[in-house]
Order: sequence, then structure tokens, then C-alpha cells
Amino acid sequence: MPSSPMIGYAHVTKSFGSLMALSDVSLDVAEGEFVAIVGGSGSGKTTLLRLANRLIEADGGTITVEGEDVRDVDPVALRRRIGYVFQSGGLFPHLSVADNIGITPRLLGVSAADIAARVDELLELVQLDRAAHRDRLPEALSGGQRQRVGVARALAARPRIVLMDEPFGALDPLTRDALGDDYRSLHRKLGLTTVMITHDMTEALLLADRIAVMRGGQLRAQGTPDELTRSGDAYVLELLRTPRRQADRLNALLPQSGAA
Amino acid sequence: MSLLADPRWGEALAHLPDYLGNHVQVSLAALALGLVVSLPLAILTRNRPAPRGMLLAFASIVQTVPGLALLALFYPLLLAAASVALTWFGVSFSAFGFLPAMLALALYSMLPVLRNGITGLNGIDAALIEAAKGVGMTGRQSLLMVELPLALPVMMAGIRTAAVWVIGTATLSTPIGQTSLGNYIFAGLQTQNWVFVLFGCLASALLALAVDQLLGLIENGLRRRSRLRAALGCSGIAALVAATLVPTMGRSSQGYVVGTKTFAEQYVLSALLRDRLQAAGLSATARSSLGSSVIFEALKAGDIDLYVDYSGTLWANQLHRSDIKPRTELLAELKTALARDNITLLGDLGFENAYALVMPRKRAEALGIRTIADLAAHASTMSIAGDYEFFSRPEWAALQKAYGLSFRAQRQMQPDFMYAAAASGEVDVIAGYTSDGLIAKYDLVALDDIRHAIPPYDAILLLAPKRAGDERLQAALRPLLGRIDIATMREANLRASGNDANSSPDAVARWLWEKIKQ
Repeated sequence: MPSSPMIGYAHVTKSFGSLMALSDVSLDVAEGEFVAIVGGSGSGKTTLLRLANRLIEADGGTITVEGEDVRDVDPVALRRRIGYVFQSGGLFPHLSVADNIGITPRLLGVSAADIAARVDELLELVQLDRAAHRDRLPEALSGGQRQRVGVARALAARPRIVLMDEPFGALDPLTRDALGDDYRSLHRKLGLTTVMITHDMTEALLLADRIAVMRGGQLRAQGTPDELTRSGDAYVLELLRTPRRQADRLNALLPQSGAA
Repeated sequence: MSLLADPRWGEALAHLPDYLGNHVQVSLAALALGLVVSLPLAILTRNRPAPRGMLLAFASIVQTVPGLALLALFYPLLLAAASVALTWFGVSFSAFGFLPAMLALALYSMLPVLRNGITGLNGIDAALIEAAKGVGMTGRQSLLMVELPLALPVMMAGIRTAAVWVIGTATLSTPIGQTSLGNYIFAGLQTQNWVFVLFGCLASALLALAVDQLLGLIENGLRRRSRLRAALGCSGIAALVAATLVPTMGRSSQGYVVGTKTFAEQYVLSALLRDRLQAAGLSATARSSLGSSVIFEALKAGDIDLYVDYSGTLWANQLHRSDIKPRTELLAELKTALARDNITLLGDLGFENAYALVMPRKRAEALGIRTIADLAAHASTMSIAGDYEFFSRPEWAALQKAYGLSFRAQRQMQPDFMYAAAASGEVDVIAGYTSDGLIAKYDLVALDDIRHAIPPYDAILLLAPKRAGDERLQAALRPLLGRIDIATMREANLRASGNDANSSPDAVARWLWEKIKQ
């Protein structure tokens, strides 16, 4: 890659007490790329994501965002220019949908009228009915609607980078599929750079351009699905085999005509 | 219903604007101060377990101190602070009434506010605090926009508890000179005016209930995010505060303040003094139910203008004398000593209210007891009861020393209940007061103090330093000097101990004046 990556991790280490969360991880995310970080719990994937907007600080190595070392950027300013979608929404329960979506522009000092217009635009973008949802509180929304609001909130300040922490993990399969597809097209339409954490290889394969596999704080492999199959790492190969095995069993169980 | 027709309800109602207004004023100030101190502390310590633990422990300890004791403690504390402030900084403030009551109540209100504040702030989902950080909030923005709004319902519940506690405990601030709804209760208890006691209890309970409901409405509104409920609750509180405070704010200066100790005779005498001042065209109010040591300091500091004390009490408590002198000598020496503090001893009223050991007449006759010396032989098989201060007073030590008295048991009692307790045989001997009408009523007898262990207790009229040269005041009071003999005072006290409309201190004071005027 000739130009510098949107997000670059170089020899990053991080430990929590005696627990080594990340050891010598290097990973580049290019502009416009959709990268999924796959791993089990305790693999270090969440730590890796949270280092990018300085929710936590690295012990060693260098992390750059849009070419700048994150240590040279004010963490609050950094977070305001990176969209972040939290696990199960992370919506503020005392604020309406509109106020949740408009929070980062409000922190940036955007005028109320501009925020209102932007909120309407975003509701349309994430395919929520403006009249029905704008003034509701998060508790009145379904899980899928909450996550759509979470995506809208992450996009509100027009970030170039979006970080997603298992965004669709807690949703039912149909909603999850629809949301994944919708986000994927938003990613393309808006020219975003997206890093998504997931424990589900199928989801990663379906959505991402490239996949990074984490285990025990180490980056075991990275690349396109095709590149991963040639990695030679037993764990990675096992992860890749599982979706296919499941697909084969499903094909055997469901009559072919049922899908048509 | 005769109870409802009792004219004392009307009398009680007439005091309501004053008592309620002052009660709300001190409660509101205490709660406000408690909040201003506690909320920032809760916020500052929310992420610091060690200071948080210490703070909660401190507040819990304060909470275990009985309300009355806490209030009583603040008086000497402020008295000392006031003298330090005066000598070092030349600033003077009153250690009497509002300030000690407000500070003690504020301290009392801190525990529920702190505990709920800390619980509320620590109970917030960690994921939301991370989300606040993630969307780009600074620590301060996270606190103001996320943590505080989310903790508010829990905090409000704490404020609600604190408000109810403060309103209830404020009734105990009467003895340190803060007018409150407790004035009904203290005065009613001392003069057996159950209408007043009931009225005071009802009024403070209703006030607490109303505030609790209104704050509950606000809390509910915050919990359910209903602006309407919260707004209704807020305007209800505002209306309540305005309705209770406005009547007291419009009042002109109170004029002369007559102090009153906590027993029936004092209520009658202070009503008499007030009436005499008003009859002379001076404006006067009574400040009732003050503690025995509070009242003298209050006079010295000018917080009250005049009151009736007893020579022997001042001799022992203020002059710290244990020797005993004949009454005229003692009075003369006391007058000189008080003059050094610029306090005017205007003169004596004509009767004595001394401590005396009192027992049922029939029992005394059966045992052949006429004097305290006779009693000493039987004391080891008997129990004795005294008022709350008697057993810690020098007179008790003097009696024990002079007669070698040693009782089987000693108890402290509400003065008005002592006589009935002696008559019923619940206790054998009581330390009663010679001017008390109940001695005759219950057929009790006061034993002779043949060794003069107890000093004379002439009722004397004292004036505050600032009234030393006040001729109008002194002229209005002089007609009372030497006019009330012991028989008249006993009868007045007996009347005041009744439980009917003619037994209110005001009514008895009017009767007394009719009896003694020339």
C-alpha cells in the first residue's frame, strides 16, 4: 500500500496487571476497507479496538489514525471524529432517539437547527421512520431499532472511521442479517473505513473485506478469506471450516426447493 | 365533642404562622446546607473507595447520635466558636436559636443524601459511562449529561428521606432557642396541655407528609421521565414554602423577648411579663421552652431581653458557689456578681421555688419522718426521682453530704409526672419544687431541710445587658416585684397543671394578675 493506512497498529502490546492482553500486534487498515477482527472472549480483540480511540492506552508500540500518532492527539477530539458503535447500543436511556443521535455534534458545538436536520437525515439513512421514532426513549425501541440508532449516532459527526464492538451480536438472526447488509451498503455509500469486532466467522466472511484472527493476545492471521485459507494456522483453518461444515449440514437438512 | 370545642385549639392555631414559618425556615436552610455539602462530596468520592468509606462512616456515626443530643451539642460548640470569633476577629454572632439548630439539622440530613448520592452514581451501568466517553464527552460532560441525570431519581429519594428526617427532628430545636412546631410539644408537655401536644404532633406530621408526597412526585417524575409530574412537585414545594414563610417575613421587629424555661411556672410567669409589657405599650413576645443553661447565656448575649430565674440556681451554676448564705445576703451578693456581666437583677417576685424532698404525707407520718435527717435512716430501702438536671446539680451533692443520704435507686422524670408517681407509690421520694401546686393536690409533704443544705431559691427578674438603662421596661415590671407570695404561686401552678381551657399559661397569667394587682 503506497499511502499511509487509516488505522495502523505497529508492534502494539498491552497488559492488564499480570494478564497479557496484546503482544506485539501489527495490523494496517486501509482507507475504505471493512476489516473484521474475529476471536473468542479474552482473545484481545476488544482491547485492540479500544486502543484506536484511546478508550485505553497502549503499553508499547505505535498506533496511528489518519497518519497521526494517537498519543499526539487529544483523546476527546479523537473520539469525536471516530464513530463508535457499542455492544447492544450503549444508548443513553434518559435521552430521546434524536438527542442520542445528535450527541456528538452537540458536543462539537453544532447549532440546534443543524443537528435536527442531521438527525432526520440519519434516521432516513438507517431506515427508521422519522415521525415514529424521533422523540422516543430507547427503552421503547426493539433491539434492532436500538442498534440502528447506535449506528446513526456513530455516523452523526460525519466520521471517516467507524469502530464497531460486536454490534449485531445480541440480535435475532433475521434482524442481524438485515442490519449487517444495510450497514455494509452504508459503508460503501459513505466511503467509510470500518473495523468491526465479532466472534462469528460467518458474519465476518459475509461482511468484511479482510479478516484479522486474534487468539490469546496474538494476531494469528490476517487477509482476505482467500488469503486466510492459505495461512497454514490450524486455529484459523478450524475457524474457516466451521461455517462451511454448518452450510453443508444445512443443505442436507433443508430441501433445495425450500430456499427458492 | 368537647375535645373539638376546646378553645385551646384556637390558641394553638393563633401560634401556627409563627411556629410553622420558623420550622420551615430552619428545615429548609438545614436541608439546603446539607445538600450543598453532601452532593459535591458524593460526586468527588464516587470513584475513590477509601474516602467514600470514611465519609459514609462519619455520616452514619452522626446519625446514631440522638437528635436532641446533637442539637444540644451545637449550642456550647457555637458558644465557644462565637467567643473565639469575637476575641480574634471582632466578629460577633449568636450561638442561640437558628444557627445551632440549622447546623445540627444539616449534619443530620447528610447521611441519606450522601448514601443515595453515592449509590446512585455508582449504580450506573459501566457500559453507559464508556459510551459517554466513546461519543467524545469529557469527564465533566459525562458527569453532567449522563451520570447525574441517571443518578437523579436515586438521589432524589435520599433528599426525600433527609427532608422528612429534618422536619421531624426540627421539633427538637425548641430548647436551644429556635422556634419550631416543637414549641407546641414542649410547652404542652410541661403544662399538661394535651391539645398543644396533639396539635404540634399533627402539624409536624402533616408538614412532613406533604413534603414527602411532593418530593415523591418529583422523584416519580424523574424516574418516569415525566416533566409534568416533576413540575407539579416542584411548584407544590414552592407554594408550600411560600405559604409558610410569607406570613413570618412580613412581621415587624419583635420588640422585647421574654425567655421561658421548660416548666409550667415559667410559662405562666413569662405570659405575665409579656402581658405587663404589652399593657405598658411595649411590644413583647415569649421565647419558650429554653434549656436551663441555654437561657442564661441567651440573656447574657442579648438574644432574649428578660426572664425569671431562681437565686440558688444562679448561685450554684453561674457563680459556682457551694456555700450557703441567708436569702437577703445571697441576693445582694448575686446582684453584685451579675452586675459584672452587666446583667440587671431587677428584684425578687416574692416567692421561692426551691428544691425540696417530697413524699406522701400519710407514709411520712406512719414512718415518723418530718425532716430530711429522719429520711436518711430509711433512704437505703427507698427510691428517689428527680427532674432531668437534679442529680447532676450541686444541691444533690450537698444534700447527700449533709445528711449521708443513700437511696436504693434513683430515676429521672418529666417534672410534671413526678408528683403523681410519688402519690401512687411508684417512687418513694421525689425532688419536687416548693412552689408546685401539685404537692397539696396529691397530699404530699415537703421534708424540712434542718441543716440548710439547699440554698434559697427566690424567683428573680433578670434583664439583659442592653436593657440595663431601659427605664420604660423597668417601670413596667416594678409593679410585679415582691407581689407574688408562695400561696398565690402554688395556686397558679395548680391551675396551670389542669387540663382544661382555663389552664393555659395565658389564662393563668391573667388570673394571677387579677389576684396580685393593687
